[in-house]
Amino acid sequence: MPMNLLTFKGGVHPPQNKHRTEGMPLNKAKVPGLIVIPLQQHIGAPCEPIVNVGEEVKLGQKIGEPKGFVSAPVHSSVSGKVAAIEKRVHPGGGMVMSVVIESDGLDTIDESIKPQGKLEDLTADQIKNIMRQAGLVGMGGATFPAQVKFSPPPDKKIDTIILNGAECEPYLTSDHRLMVEKSEDVVNGIKAMMKAVNVDKGYIAIEENKPDAIKAVTQAAKGEENIKVVTLRAKYPQGAEKQLIKACTGREVPSGGLPMDSGVIVNNVGTAAALACAIETGMPLVERIVTITGSGIKEPQNLLVRIGTPFADVIEQCGGLEENIGKIIQGGPMMGIAQYTIEVPVIKGTSGILILKEEDLGLTPELPCIKCGKCVDACPIGLMPTKLDGFASKGMRREAEEYNAVDCIECGSCSFVCPAKRPLVERIRLIKADILAERRKAKQA
Amino acid sequence: MGYGNLVVSSSPHIRSEETVQRIMIDVIIALLPATAASVYFFGMRALAITLTGIIAAVAAEAAIQKIRNKPVTINDGSAVITGLLLALTLSPAMPLWMVAVGAVVAIGIGKQVYGGLGSNPFNPALVGRAFLVVTFPVHMTTWVSPVDGVTSATPLGLLKMEGIKTGYMELFIGNVGGSLGETSALLLILGGLYLLYRGIIDWRIPAFYLGTVAVMTMVLGGDPIFHLFSGGLMLGAFFMATDMVTTPVTKMGKIIFGVGAGILVVIIRLYGGYPEGVLFSILLMNTFTPIIEKYTRPKIYGEVKR
Repeated sequence: MPMNLLTFKGGVHPPQNKHRTEGMPLNKAKVPGLIVIPLQQHIGAPCEPIVNVGEEVKLGQKIGEPKGFVSAPVHSSVSGKVAAIEKRVHPGGGMVMSVVIESDGLDTIDESIKPQGKLEDLTADQIKNIMRQAGLVGMGGATFPAQVKFSPPPDKKIDTIILNGAECEPYLTSDHRLMVEKSEDVVNGIKAMMKAVNVDKGYIAIEENKPDAIKAVTQAAKGEENIKVVTLRAKYPQGAEKQLIKACTGREVPSGGLPMDSGVIVNNVGTAAALACAIETGMPLVERIVTITGSGIKEPQNLLVRIGTPFADVIEQCGGLEENIGKIIQGGPMMGIAQYTIEVPVIKGTSGILILKEEDLGLTPELPCIKCGKCVDACPIGLMPTKLDGFASKGMRREAEEYNAVDCIECGSCSFVCPAKRPLVERIRLIKADILAERRKAKQA
Repeated sequence: MGYGNLVVSSSPHIRSEETVQRIMIDVIIALLPATAASVYFFGMRALAITLTGIIAAVAAEAAIQKIRNKPVTINDGSAVITGLLLALTLSPAMPLWMVAVGAVVAIGIGKQVYGGLGSNPFNPALVGRAFLVVTFPVHMTTWVSPVDGVTSATPLGLLKMEGIKTGYMELFIGNVGGSLGETSALLLILGGLYLLYRGIIDWRIPAFYLGTVAVMTMVLGGDPIFHLFSGGLMLGAFFMATDMVTTPVTKMGKIIFGVGAGILVVIIRLYGGYPEGVLFSILLMNTFTPIIEKYTRPKIYGEVKR
């Protein structure tokens, strides 16, 4: 193992379980007859529908107009007819206004879709506009609108772009396959991003457990002097924004601050590839790579899935479910969201559909904390989850605040290592939300 | 359908395989060599004391939890460790009923009054031992030689009272007077290394505890090797000062705990009334654990000076 692998303090080593899909080439998923496109697939304000029921829509046509600065438009991922505009279950939780489209199976491309020209000829503002129009959001799962990150206030000097190819979540291999098979798009994407904010330092950061991806991306970045492909230690949460910045640049994002406060913009490799595609073809974000895996699925795969495809259709294409399914998760096992139905659609942030059998869940009752300190050693932020757990259980908000509960990045490392199986991150998340709510109230008053 | 019984809970959705029970079993495994050696040196009497300690501790835990209408948690193995550790600190000449009293006190007053596992501020086995020391002072200081079974003093007692120093090799192997588990430094270190290897204990407490004792005795003109390998220091350093519940969780806190306990041992041994100071050094440092933790919080990522 080379000694100069970049990493951070703390973290855990969950079993990676990537072997089932990491070597599997991308396949195109079948386009279902009915597509459900939520008008909110991002952090920020939801979109307003700009089509009506019964209206014909084409592939790539904008169907939802963003209603604020922090927002991103949504597009039709098929051609066909709008069947309904109604509230539907959302993989992020709750019901969200969605456009339901009946596909005509023709994939007629909208007239507005056309190549945006060569990167050399585009200005920074044009690139940012393409990001906005293509509906790009952080595709690692956080789904923050991309162009917002690229429009920092003038007093924040950005000098570095980092592409996140760590994919530290166990099971998931969608970024891995993307980097192997679309390495050119990844490199073209970071070039465009660097041009959008006029910086000359770019990193593409990949965990050591993906040697073929490192090779492919290094090859694609050959001759690009400003772009460095760096190898990270395989450790969770290596792909967390703050940990990644620390590993690549040695800088720390100030507590309570954003990456831009340390001069960095971090993006998922998938977002970069989508940007490259939007520039080259003009096609907005209408499909993404999804890893469908876990002990509960018959034939795990990496599929190129149209946004809006219900989980049920994707699962069916993977041979269906095994017996005794315990959990269906959007995303990875460490930070993903458990679903109660497979009616939910794939959205822009769906990096994986993880299906676990009941026996894999490890659901055991919570025991008293024995103060082993494993959570303290594992916390990548340097928090004391054992203390915060105590404060949170007793509703001691002020003490939790004093112990920096709001700095928690909710990576779940503490809950993972806890031998007493305490729901540490869950409690911290709750008290953190409490503290933030109180701060907002105090601000308004 | 096939998804009627989906579990919906908060992330993370996977957990490590480590459990509280597994940790306790590892500690018991680590204590086995020293326990076996005590039977080898002191015969069946040692076995009887060990079993009495364990049975009384487990029974006390179950009884108290039953009376309080709480779930009985003797399966976690923590009461077994308390009983075993207490037995290992006792003289082979100790009457069995006193052993049982000590174990009941350890569990009752040392652990359950605070709410059970995880809530006790002091190491329960040491609470039991402290109770026995003040209640039955004669029995707690009557030692027998493993060689001929005749009443004899411990190496520390010999040094303190009569100025006689026991040889290093005897101390290391454990062929000396003393409590059941204290005698063989070699086997205690072996157990300690196993716990380090399994990641159950952190190296900082034993290293700084033992290191402080060595350096301080040297500075004060004592014999560091003699002091390291005699008395209950090895047992204390690897199995009691490393008790998760009653020692700091922070790395810096562990160092402070080790140094503090080391200083106390040397002061008690060289200047105090008792020949041995491990018991009180750890109990005293246990009281400081919360405040040590408070002032050794790890540095936060991106900490902003306020």
